[in-house]
Amino acid sequence: MAETAAETHDGPEQEESRRDFLLISTIAVGAAGTAIAAWPFIHMMNPSRDVLALSSTEVDLEPIEEGQSITIVWRGKPVFIRKRTAKEIAAAKADDASQMKDPEADSKRVKKPEWLIMVGICTHLGCIPLGQKASDPKGEFGGWFCPCHGSHYDTSGRIRKGPAPKNLAIPPYAFLDDSNIRIG
Amino acid sequence: MSSPEFKNPIIKWIDYRLPVFTFVHHDLIEYPTPKNLNYWWNFGSLAGIILVVLIATGIFLAMNYTPHVDMAFDSVERIMRDVNYGWLLRYVHMNGGSMFFMVVYIHIFRGMYYGSYKAPRELLWIIGIMILGAMMATAFVGYVLPWGQMSFWGATVITNLFSVIPFVGDWIVQWLWGGFSVDNPTLNRFFSFHFLLPFIIFALVFLHLWALHMHKSSNPLGIDVKGDADVIPFHPYYTAKDSFGLGIFLIVFLGFTFFAPNFFGEPENYIEANPLVTPSEIVPEWYFLPYYAILRAVPDNFIDAWGILPVIITAKEAGVILMFASIILLAFLPWLDSSKVRSAKFRPIYKQVFWIFVVDCLVLGYIGANPPEGHFLLIGRIATAYYFFHLVILMPLLGRFEKTLPIPESISAAVTTAGTEEGQ
Repeated sequence: MAETAAETHDGPEQEESRRDFLLISTIAVGAAGTAIAAWPFIHMMNPSRDVLALSSTEVDLEPIEEGQSITIVWRGKPVFIRKRTAKEIAAAKADDASQMKDPEADSKRVKKPEWLIMVGICTHLGCIPLGQKASDPKGEFGGWFCPCHGSHYDTSGRIRKGPAPKNLAIPPYAFLDDSNIRIG
Repeated sequence: MSSPEFKNPIIKWIDYRLPVFTFVHHDLIEYPTPKNLNYWWNFGSLAGIILVVLIATGIFLAMNYTPHVDMAFDSVERIMRDVNYGWLLRYVHMNGGSMFFMVVYIHIFRGMYYGSYKAPRELLWIIGIMILGAMMATAFVGYVLPWGQMSFWGATVITNLFSVIPFVGDWIVQWLWGGFSVDNPTLNRFFSFHFLLPFIIFALVFLHLWALHMHKSSNPLGIDVKGDADVIPFHPYYTAKDSFGLGIFLIVFLGFTFFAPNFFGEPENYIEANPLVTPSEIVPEWYFLPYYAILRAVPDNFIDAWGILPVIITAKEAGVILMFASIILLAFLPWLDSSKVRSAKFRPIYKQVFWIFVVDCLVLGYIGANPPEGHFLLIGRIATAYYFFHLVILMPLLGRFEKTLPIPESISAAVTTAGTEEGQ
């Protein structure tokens, strides 16, 4: 800037660069201001405080029998809690070596092998897979089956066949004691 | 294009200050229109009329609707049973939505057959495709409002499509929901959008008409207007023709409204939304079926066959991209179609592939209504491939290789020559 000022003798030209500077800085400040003003509108659509406040749920696992599943609601979504049988655990572990779309060891998906806890939403387009009730179809891998577009999940909730790209999600949870968990 | 002389002093006084009467005279009465328009040109004005009907019924329905997950379903049932004429306005609104799409699809196919999108009407066409996009958004959020099972699960499936956007996808989905699933905040904002979007459509329609009136209507011969002999004033000729078409259309529209009001609907949507039970099959409204078929057409294992692709793109992402591409590509039709000749009348090969394309779209619709298994899946894939083949490969190549028929000198010459030939 100093160089330009010293070298320029031509009045109008210097005037023009000053005006350019004013114009550009005005536009920049205006654009930044508009962007900042837009944020409250955008953020208003994000989950509100009361929605976030309800974002954790505690569950008593005591009444669940082996081989039984329950569905609870966490953040408005179904969460599958299954007390797996020894046979299912063995099958899940044996399948660790099989070819999978989203490879993940069974041990990475559970905190205690008998308790499989996952978000019961198909990773394809958000339907709820069948397999919670004893009478439900469980798919070709004995786990869960999504009726919407035919995704098959195994006894560890891993995607084995069908259009879903990922395994059923594992929500964040912690064992409060032997038979109580907190999800979220 | 002379300014009209108004005799009434009040009209004169107003027109001098705000020339609304001159505007009406220029653009609705004297407005020079090609004299050879056929009935396929009725569908633009029909679409405009339904838009007004939908806005009018929608405003009155909104007075009786409650956008809350605990009350929405019941408030709609209350409209049906207790509110005076609630059943009528709701059925008109419901079927009006279907009619709007039907009329607009015919309007679009007409534009494709007669090459209405070609220079200088490209922007007119693009604004039209934007209107289609806005209509789809409006219909989608509107369908969620009754809070039935299909409302809920349709909303879940479609909002989940946005999760494929790289990096920010999950955040965008939560932002759309205003929570961690489709819930009360989602219903509230969808109601707000459903009120807003029709007015955006209205504004787009205004731009659409503005662009139309720059270069005026195209016509079945696809040749430019050469002089006064080629045109007739819009009123009374086309006001009369449009009114007759409107009468026929109303018979169809009100026929459905009164005698088969749930013909286009899904019975499942009369069951209140339950976030814990997915219906055995999620089917969108009929006007979304072709896109739904495209969404589900990508083979799960097309990726395995190519080896490297899974790192870049999954079948789900490919399906979503194809679905959006199927609509966005239409906006590029003025440039994809390389033929200088507008009307299919003088394009013997295009005339045939156009109808194949129409059938292809109908097949996609049929496939979209069926589960993606067995031969449905195979046909869906072939039809999807053909859809893109038509737009991306056939349209650019045809213009280069097709031998077109001789084009008449002018609209009136076409009539007089045909007349003399017949006379001989």
